[in-house]
Amino acid sequence: MISSETRDIIVNGLWKQNPGIVQLLGLCPLLAISNNVVNALSLGLATTLVMAISSGAVSGLRHWIPHAIRIPVFVLIIAALVTVVQLLMNAYVHPLYLVLGVFIPLITTNCIVLARVEAFASKRSTWHSTLDAIMMGLGLTLVLVALGAGREAFGKGTLLAGLDLVFGPQAAGWTIHLAPDYQGFLLAILPPGAFIGLGLLIALRNWLDLRAKAATGAIQARHQVA
Amino acid sequence: MTGSPYITQPRRETPRIMLLVLLALLPGIVAHWWLFGPGIWVSLLLCSLFAIGFESLALLMRNLPIGFYLRDNTALVTAWLLALSMPTLAPWWLYLVGVFFAIIVAKHLYGGMGQNLFNPAMVGFAVLILSFPVQMTQWPAPAALAAHVPSLTESFDLVFAGQGSLSIDAYTSATPLDSLKTQLRAGTAFDDIIGQAIFGHVGGTGGELVALMFLAGGLLLLALRLITWHIPVAFLGAMALTAGLIQLIEPGPQAGILFHWAAGGAMLGAFFIATDPVSAASTPRGKLIYAAGAGFLTVIIRVYGNLPDGVAFAILLMNIAAPLIDRYTQPRVFGHAGRKGKGSR
Repeated sequence: MISSETRDIIVNGLWKQNPGIVQLLGLCPLLAISNNVVNALSLGLATTLVMAISSGAVSGLRHWIPHAIRIPVFVLIIAALVTVVQLLMNAYVHPLYLVLGVFIPLITTNCIVLARVEAFASKRSTWHSTLDAIMMGLGLTLVLVALGAGREAFGKGTLLAGLDLVFGPQAAGWTIHLAPDYQGFLLAILPPGAFIGLGLLIALRNWLDLRAKAATGAIQARHQVA
Repeated sequence: MTGSPYITQPRRETPRIMLLVLLALLPGIVAHWWLFGPGIWVSLLLCSLFAIGFESLALLMRNLPIGFYLRDNTALVTAWLLALSMPTLAPWWLYLVGVFFAIIVAKHLYGGMGQNLFNPAMVGFAVLILSFPVQMTQWPAPAALAAHVPSLTESFDLVFAGQGSLSIDAYTSATPLDSLKTQLRAGTAFDDIIGQAIFGHVGGTGGELVALMFLAGGLLLLALRLITWHIPVAFLGAMALTAGLIQLIEPGPQAGILFHWAAGGAMLGAFFIATDPVSAASTPRGKLIYAAGAGFLTVIIRVYGNLPDGVAFAILLMNIAAPLIDRYTQPRVFGHAGRKGKGSR
């Protein structure tokens, strides 16, 4: 059975408090790396991994971290983990490491990582902190992938281009071409496409929320009448 | 009998103003038709139809009365300004994408008529020049120099079915602004470039006359008091000043003031685009600052930037600054103390 607290954490991370389109945290890598699905997914998963381990570690150590210097200690823990992830990616998915470039070390400064550590992990149990970090990370990854898919589809007319960076040259043919001889729409790939796309995603989420609210409101009104 | 005050008010509603703006554009359009062939009518027609379609769609989605808002003609003005800043004889979807970004994104996503931060036509143009640089630089060659001037039916074919057997070089050429920039960078001597047929007398064969006609249309707007003198004068003045300064500073010959005025979208921008009452600054002093900034940036982008013409981006950049400019140039309200007199009571 999932306790209500656990469910709240999951719902908050994926939807209600989604870091990408509700809290609007960590926008720099979100906007910069979401130009295709593979980049977006890779950075999203790398961020999730760092968040999960760092939140777990900070939560486990929270009674030993002096309150006055907690932020430097958090950053030190996060930076160490990011370095590990960076070295792993450099070793095993080197082409992807070259594409993502500076944005892998920049996970350290991604405010969503520090935000979850400071706001959640430094106060809650290790299990809940780790779950919260994973859900927040997945929420961010979802937004990244949605934005990346939209920008790639509109910008180049493909999906999953660049899989060969992860799985080697035999994956080069796995790219999905949505339309034959598509002209390409450069704006979607350029930074304005990221801003416009993110704006549309936020609008979509708000619209869905409004509709859900209107629906529950109507049901409540009907109950009152009855 | 009507009640007081007995003042006959000039009819200044939006539909009528916008209709007059469209009329003022006509001299330039006719000149373009005469000097570049009938392709301009195809692009105007397409942009108008797309604009009316997107405007109706947006109004429908926003639950607004479609007939009332369509009759204000603002969508048509946007469509015409966009059509006039784009190459004619481009593929039809280019106009579709441009009008979509102008009407849906720049206008209705920001709140519809009167709420847009940026000039919608220029947003459409910016999206296109960034996304489709190849199609956006294939301008029709002036009729006097073209190997072949497409007729009206040929123009429809080119727009809807692609170029077919017609070679693209037969009816397109680089604009004067474009060839000046690329050839100067290639190291060709300035006098050799300027002597080429495409450059005409001052600002390019054909183009200079079209610019003159837009100037005439703009003067008509001024005479009808639909625009004030501030924006065109400051825009063209700043262009002249900047072009003159560049001639003094830069070693080697540079394009002169008249060339900058007559080439590209300078006149269209000065009288019809920068004067957009929604996205421009609105105080008298503010208008001067806003338009001077746009004129300065236009020449700077033309001379030092990578794009051939800078009017669109210069105006968009100053659109961002317009609210700030308005804030700091509020005129003193009659009967109230100015900034100096503050706190004297």
